[in-house]
Order: sequence, then C-alpha cells, then structure tokens
Amino acid sequence: MSVIIILISASLLIALGFLIAFIWSVKTNQYEDDYTPSVRILFENDTKQLPDEEEQQQPNT
Amino acid sequence: MELQKFQYDNKIVKWFAYATMFWGVVGMLAGLLAALQLAIPALNMELPYTTFGRVRPIHTNAVIFAFVGNGIFMGVYYSLQRLLKTRMFSDLLSKVHFFGWQLIIVLAAISLALGKTTGKEYAELEWPIDILITIVWVVFGWNMFGTIIRRRERHLYVAIWFYIATFVTVAMLHIVNSIEIPVSFWKSYSWYAGVQDALVQWWYGHNAVAFFLTTPYLGLMYYFLPKAANRPVYSYRLSIIHFWSLIFIYIWAGPHHLLYTAVPDWAQSLGVVFSLMLIAPSWGGMINGLLTLRGAWDKVREDVVLKFLVVAVTAYGMATFEGPMLSLKNVSAIAHYTDWIVAHVHVGALGWNGFMTFGILYWLIPKLFRTELYSKKLANMHFWIGTLGIVLYAVPMYWSGIMQSLMWKEFTPEGQLKWQFMDTVTKMIPFYVTRAIGGTLYLAGAVLMVYNIFKTIRAGSFLANENAEAPALEKVYNTHGKEHWHRWIERKPVQMMIVSLVVVAIGGIIEFVPTFLVKSNIPTIASVKPYTPLELHGRDIYVREGCYTCHSQMIRPFRSETARYGEYSKAGEFVYDHPFQWGSKRTGPDLARLGGKYPDSWHYNHMLDPTSMSPGSIMPPYPWLFDDQIDVSSTVSKIKAMKRLGVPYPENYEHAAAADMEKQAKQIAESLGKDGISVLPDREVVALIAYLQRLGTDIKHEAKKETPKP
Repeated sequence: MSVIIILISASLLIALGFLIAFIWSVKTNQYEDDYTPSVRILFENDTKQLPDEEEQQQPNT
Repeated sequence: MELQKFQYDNKIVKWFAYATMFWGVVGMLAGLLAALQLAIPALNMELPYTTFGRVRPIHTNAVIFAFVGNGIFMGVYYSLQRLLKTRMFSDLLSKVHFFGWQLIIVLAAISLALGKTTGKEYAELEWPIDILITIVWVVFGWNMFGTIIRRRERHLYVAIWFYIATFVTVAMLHIVNSIEIPVSFWKSYSWYAGVQDALVQWWYGHNAVAFFLTTPYLGLMYYFLPKAANRPVYSYRLSIIHFWSLIFIYIWAGPHHLLYTAVPDWAQSLGVVFSLMLIAPSWGGMINGLLTLRGAWDKVREDVVLKFLVVAVTAYGMATFEGPMLSLKNVSAIAHYTDWIVAHVHVGALGWNGFMTFGILYWLIPKLFRTELYSKKLANMHFWIGTLGIVLYAVPMYWSGIMQSLMWKEFTPEGQLKWQFMDTVTKMIPFYVTRAIGGTLYLAGAVLMVYNIFKTIRAGSFLANENAEAPALEKVYNTHGKEHWHRWIERKPVQMMIVSLVVVAIGGIIEFVPTFLVKSNIPTIASVKPYTPLELHGRDIYVREGCYTCHSQMIRPFRSETARYGEYSKAGEFVYDHPFQWGSKRTGPDLARLGGKYPDSWHYNHMLDPTSMSPGSIMPPYPWLFDDQIDVSSTVSKIKAMKRLGVPYPENYEHAAAADMEKQAKQIAESLGKDGISVLPDREVVALIAYLQRLGTDIKHEAKKETPKP
C-alpha cells in the first residue's frame, strides 16, 4: 500500500502550497475588504471606442 | 496616478467559444451513440472503431476535456483579463495553448477510436498525448500567472483563486496518475498495479471531477453570475471561506469510489469522512450563487442567461448533496456499478457544466460581437428542452439503477438468487431508450444554440481588441523596520509556489515511485502467478476494446455477489495487473472469476455473436478478433516492460516467451477443435480466450487444493 505514501505526500504538498498561498493572501491584505471586490467587478471600462473598424481616436465617454 | 491604456484580447476568447460549441456537439453525439448502442446493439456496426467500448471513452473524454475544457478556457481568458485589468500575458502563449489543446483533442479522438488506450477511466490517453497535455497545461499556467503578475488590480478576486487551484491541482493529478512505462509509441503499462493503481486512478478520477469540472466552473460562476445579474455576489466573505475549505477537503475524498473493494478499510473510511465533510463547502458555493439573485428573481423570469445559470447552480447543489450520500458505505453498496452513478454524473455534467457553459455563451457572444442575441425565443426553447432532457435522462437512470441493484441482491425463500444477470439486463432496455430520448433533447437544444449564436455572430461586428484603461498598480512595500529574510519570496509568491511545487513534485516522483512501488508489488498470495505471454496479449486486447466500460473485475464481499460470481476479490490477486481493470459499471456481469466457468468454445461463439450464447445480450460482437493476428512483434518489449515493473518472470524470459505463447495458443486451438471449431492459433480471439480463462483462477485452484484436508 506504499502508493498511499505518494498520494498523501502529493496531496499534502498541494495542501501545503495552498496553505502558503492562503497565508500570503491574508498577509498581503487580500481579505481586508470583503465587500468592495464583489461590486468592483460589475463596473466595466466604458471606453466606447471602436478601434477595429472606425478611427482609433474617438473621445472617451 | 497615471491612467494606463491597454486592450483586452477578445480573439482568443472567441476561438475557445467556437471550440466549446463544436466539441460540445461532437461529444454529445458520441454520448448519444453510446446511449443508443445499449438499447440497440446493432448500432455498434460490427466495426472496432464504433463499438461501445471505444465510443464511451471518446464520449467521456470529448465532453470533459474538449467541451468543458474549452469552456473553462473561454471563461478564464475572458474574465481573467477583466478581473486583473490587463491583457493576457502573451498572445503567443494564448495561441499555442489554443492550438495545442485542439491538437490534443484530435489526437485523443483518433487514438481512442483506434483502441490506443491506457484503460484507466478519464485518463485513457496514451503516453505521448499525456506528455503533450503536460506541455500545453504548463503553457496555460505560464500565461495565467504571467497575467496575474502583470495585473493592475491588487486584489485577486475569488474566481482567480479557483482558476489557480484548477491549474496547480490538475497538473499534479495528471502527472502522478499518468506515470506509465512505454512499450511502444502507442502502448504503455501503468507503473502501478492492482490495488495501488486503483487508488491512484480514483484519487485522480475523483479530483478530476473536483478540479476540472468543479473549481474552474465555480470560478466562472463567481464572475459570470454576478455579471449577468448585475449584482454583487451574495457574500464575498462566504466565497472566500468556501474556496479555502473546498480546496483543503476535496483532495482526500477519492477512495469513496472504491468502497467494499479490496482497498484497505481505513483508506475507505478516510474517503467517506472527507466526502461527507465536502457537503459544507459545496453547498456554501451553491447557496452563495442562488442568494446572489435574492430580490431579483423577477430578472430570472425575463433573462434566459440567468435561467441557465440558476439551473446550473441548482444542479450543482443536487450533485454535491448526492455525492456525499453516495459515499456512505451502505448507499454505495446499492449504487456502485449501477446506472445510478451514471445519472449522478450527468446531473453534474448536463446540469452544472452544460447549462453554465450555455448561459455563459449566451451572455458572452452578444458582448463580443456588440449586438443583441439573435433570438431570445430560441434560447428560451433551448432552456426548456435542455431541462426536460436532463430530467428524462436522469430519472430513468435513477430508477433503473436502483431497480437493477435490488434485483441483483434478491434471493428466493429457498436461498437462491432470484434473477439471472440477463433478466436484469433486459429490464434495462426501456430505461436506456428513455435516457437516449433525454439525451437527444439535450443535444437538440445545443444545436439550437449553435444556430442562434451563428445568427448572432452574423448580425454583429466582432471587437478583437477591446480598449480599456486602469491606473497602474503601485508597488507597495510596507516595510516594518528591518526586512525579514523571506520578504523576497513574498514579493513573488505565485511564481515561487509554482516553481517549488513542480520541483518538489518531480523530485518526489523520481525518488519514490520506482523503489517503493516495485518492491511492494511482491505477491502476498503465493499462488498468484504472472500472466503467460498469451494471456498478457489477451489482456491488452481486453484493455484495447474497453471491456472495462461494461464489466467489473471486483467482487465485493456480499452474499449476493459471492453467490453470483464466486469468492470475493482479494488485494493480493491483482499484483500483476498493470493497469488494474476493476471497472466501475456492471452493464454486463462481473468477470473477476470468469476463468474456467465456461468452455473455450463458449467464449469463441460468444465473441462472434453474444446473443448465440446468452439470448437477450446487448453486448456487441467482435468479429475482427477472428481475422486479426496477435501482435507477436511486441511480445519481447511487453515482457521486458513488465519485468521492469517488478513482475517476476524468469531471467531472459522475453526470449522464451514466443515459444510458450505458441504452445498455449495451440492448446486452445485444439480444445476449440474438439468442439468442432477450427481456428488458427495466431488469431487475437485465442489470446483473449486465454486471458478470460485465466481470470480469478489463481486462488480458485488454491481453494480446491485446501478443501480435501480434514
């Protein structure tokens, strides 16, 4: 059943990786604000330019 | 702060969207064919390429890796750029990723049709394609992490965490499960054997569901559902908690696919416990998705995109409730090997993945083409016939699965099994037909969508590079006095995480796998012997034809199973099985103790025409096995590969193998001759008979020897 050692170490390795990522995300204040990000994604840049067909330089709205 | 101008790459999103739709229809067609073949065996067409055992892996690979895979990339490439306020890291990498993935899909379809398979479910692709997958996956990761590093938005939105989890974990699973020793360019043996192979396979199989079908789609849900509803997600805090708990629990649940098998009990219990715990984070996601629409249900009535997304999230909730329930040992005892599991995965695949993909496509395509959807009415129609299709698919399969399982377990008052296996097969046919109707409806809906989107595209004008602007990300170094030594790691955490994972994983694999596994494959049952060369060839034919898609080789320790099939399976019996062939579905009976049950001639006639030996059988005939010759040129390399994996053939046996093989083949041909069948001993059917007659006999003989003792 030694393969379990590999599976457990691989799983733990992943878990460890995510643990580091989690600690990093907390330490870098990723979760300081747990509301604004959810609203922020709803806003698009409304730079209504049509760069492909029309002229590049249209005023930004 | 300086406002930077840049452009989003919409072209790559468009390509992946087209690929999603194309492969979706192809994969569903393959699924429909497979479904119909179970009801109408003539549809196997007596061709190797179109027989169920090869069509089924084509279907599963196409819908998972081609349809859902492209759907993931479509959604990731669209949302990642906007969430991070930057273009994808490299257009070239995007292109390499796109074309590389499509190449993999084409190679997969061709090689599976040709019977080039490793015989491990959802990981059937042979080793050259496995390597290609690894390369393309790394390109995807490189592109994604490059984009993350170049971001103009400091906060990583929760969806991105889901994408990262997907990338990292799938990479690990794919590599560990695909370790195999090549025999030739299109043939390899799994490095692991028997119980070990089963554990690795279902560790992979379960987590492929977790990290290919679930986490990326949760990420997409967290982006596209709020966008489509134009409301923020119900609780961003819940999304963060749900992400981290899901990630830490999911990977331990794999053994629930192996309950009551020869896997050690403690490993089974571990799987059960973690599977039960999974319900909390899974439902966290579902509840968060549904509650996002609180107070906006009127929108759902109007907006077809939201309709698709709501059904998708609901299906996710149902599947993730059912999953933990199926992981209970007493429920698994009934559900395992039956259509119930097929229903369960299709609620996930058709409902969660399919409907989420359709919803995203209906939302995305008009945006990319700066127009309105061609027909809301058609999209609504798609929604309803798709939903009806799911119901017509799932309900009959639940019903038939439970019914068949109960029939398998039913005893007469005299203590005999009440039903022949064939009785339970013929009872399935009406359910298979209804399921195929459900599948047809679902496919018809998808075709409607393709038409609707085609018309939308024709009416719109595509915006390949979308202008955007955002302030540059300021560098923040909040130094608290003296810098700690690992500050340099923290500045580049993502790259460090990836690099270290890859390095450690490779190191670990190289170090552990060969030494450990080969040693532990030493047999624990003395009577279990390696396969003879002829049996080995027969086994490879068994794998090639995908027999495992319908037949299990694992008798669970239940009275109903030992009465029907014989002594329950022991871990020590499978030590030379590279790969294991336990299977997961009993469309036909278990074969673990098939050896010696019928004469050779029975198998000969049965492979030629199954209904001649078992009337009512839905198994397809295999006429090509009677024409094709055994590939003797590969014998030497096969024996050599097996020896490298620790199978104890005598020294230099690879050179004696051909003679042994001829001898055994002649014996079988003679035994067939006695029953009036003349067959050349070099035909594939002879090798297959040799293998089938060997199955489970190692310890059968042992038992016979022991019984006369007083």
